[in-house]
Amino acid sequence: MTRVVLRRLLLAVPTTLAVATLVFSLIHLIPGDPVLIMLGDGAQPTDVEELRAKLGLDKPLVEQYGIFLAGLGRGDLGRSLHFDQPVAQLLGRHYPATVVLAFAAMGLAIAVSLPLGMLAAYRHDGWIDRSARLFSLLGVSVPNFWLGPLAILLFSIQLGWLPVSGWSDWKSLVLPAATLGAALAALLTRMVRSALAEELGKPYLVTARAKGLRPFRVATLHALRNALVPVVTVVGLQFGSLLTGAILTETIFGWPGLGRLLIQAIRLRDFPLVQGSVLVIAVTYVAVNLVTDLLYAWLDPRIRVS
Amino acid sequence: MTAALTARRGILARRGAAAGAMVALLLAAALVGPWLAPFGYEQQDLDRRLEGPTRDHALGLDELGRDVLSRLLVGARVSVAVGLSVVGLAGTIGTLLGAVAGAIGGRADALLMRTIDVFLAFPGILLAIALVAVLGPALEHVVLALVVIGWVGYARLARGQVLQLREQEFVLAARAAGVPLARLVRVHLLPNVLPVVIVQASLGLAGAILAEASLSFLGLGIQPPTPSWGAMINAGRSHLLDAPHLTLVPGLAIVFAVLSLNFLGDALVDRLDPRRRAR
Repeated sequence: MTRVVLRRLLLAVPTTLAVATLVFSLIHLIPGDPVLIMLGDGAQPTDVEELRAKLGLDKPLVEQYGIFLAGLGRGDLGRSLHFDQPVAQLLGRHYPATVVLAFAAMGLAIAVSLPLGMLAAYRHDGWIDRSARLFSLLGVSVPNFWLGPLAILLFSIQLGWLPVSGWSDWKSLVLPAATLGAALAALLTRMVRSALAEELGKPYLVTARAKGLRPFRVATLHALRNALVPVVTVVGLQFGSLLTGAILTETIFGWPGLGRLLIQAIRLRDFPLVQGSVLVIAVTYVAVNLVTDLLYAWLDPRIRVS
Repeated sequence: MTAALTARRGILARRGAAAGAMVALLLAAALVGPWLAPFGYEQQDLDRRLEGPTRDHALGLDELGRDVLSRLLVGARVSVAVGLSVVGLAGTIGTLLGAVAGAIGGRADALLMRTIDVFLAFPGILLAIALVAVLGPALEHVVLALVVIGWVGYARLARGQVLQLREQEFVLAARAAGVPLARLVRVHLLPNVLPVVIVQASLGLAGAILAEASLSFLGLGIQPPTPSWGAMINAGRSHLLDAPHLTLVPGLAIVFAVLSLNFLGDALVDRLDPRRRAR
């Protein structure tokens, strides 16, 4: 297992470097002079040169790249033009909100999809199964930037149960987490249902039942454990879609996380902050994928050995 | 053939036909919709702003007094045009690269796989958002960004298919006969890869329409006054209380488009995969 961990960790290094390189090159993809675009029309030539020097854009490309990477090593992501604060500090302040939101969405999705998918698999073609299938279909087709406003309309405006936006207490987390988690819940329901249905037909379960074990025990202890292995991978891989979904969800609910900060930074043409936010979200994604890989190897001995 | 199997095939055929009809409706709306639109999409009636559905404005008026139905129809053209361009470009580029790399093998194949890994290290839409953020919001930049994140899926798919085909006798025979690479890919490999790519494309079209709507919702996509479903939802959000139809209507349009394309994709998978067809 130690070797598996080391190998995966080593593999993550070039990926992270590639992500960093892509983020670095973003500012050079700007058509025209990035400094002029950041400052807007009518900027004084002295201001333009000052900002260019401040961002290090007057240096040769290779040197810029070196400085960028060295900065990353120290945790220095530059300075936000609009907030006039270190980008790393800003990101650090907004990171927890996104993590809380993503985990709440994931927890909610698992809490809904596990029982629903199980019931659907046990009662094949029954009404629960049919509703579960309808839910899976709608969940992946309804965009969260539409679901969010609809949820606000119903639960905040009409019923007055939950706050419209912001982050104050657990109540304010409910709508954003449900909005963000809905698509994942739909996907997982479908996965749990089909994985479990496949598992239930396997010979070892027929044996277990023939031995006289109670069906509930067979279904939960025996079948579910094995059926959940592929589901874990999907949960991990889908964490990335939660992170990007959070960009939309945070914008809808005024949630003080990284996603909203990124969109704000884009509108303000604060490119150092744009680069920093993109980098942190992408690196988080790489890290979650790494953990998923390791978890998968730990859960399934066949992968560990090979 | 058993009765149950016949019945199942009947259901699948009906589902496929229904999905086809829904997609045809979507394409028709995009194609002729703007001509059928009762009003110009920029035409304003400021006195009747935010009015709900009436006899002359079937879906009501928006925050600037513009006809929602007309904007929805023009928006359909924008969505479908972006979707088709993205799927066409990403599908062509990805399939060709994947098929050629798979056919050559060796270093070319390894290079493609590493490139794909880098692209997959980014959560898709994040890269699109970052690209549009630096390039500036415009229709062609949206298409470009979505092609950049979209080609990877087709390349992987085509490569995988080609790797399977490579070992088959007709390909081995063609190689042994000295068929040049370009001809091998064009005549022997691509026709066999295409069906799978088409299924992927119908699902990819749904994804591209959704992605365009997301970008436009964030203000990074199609710019006003050109209507886009995503931007319409965003504008409607400020009027949830007094004019909920501004949010409801474009959202329903997106759900209809995505749902019908997903249905079509599923129906095509069923048709192409004999194992699923028999079940």
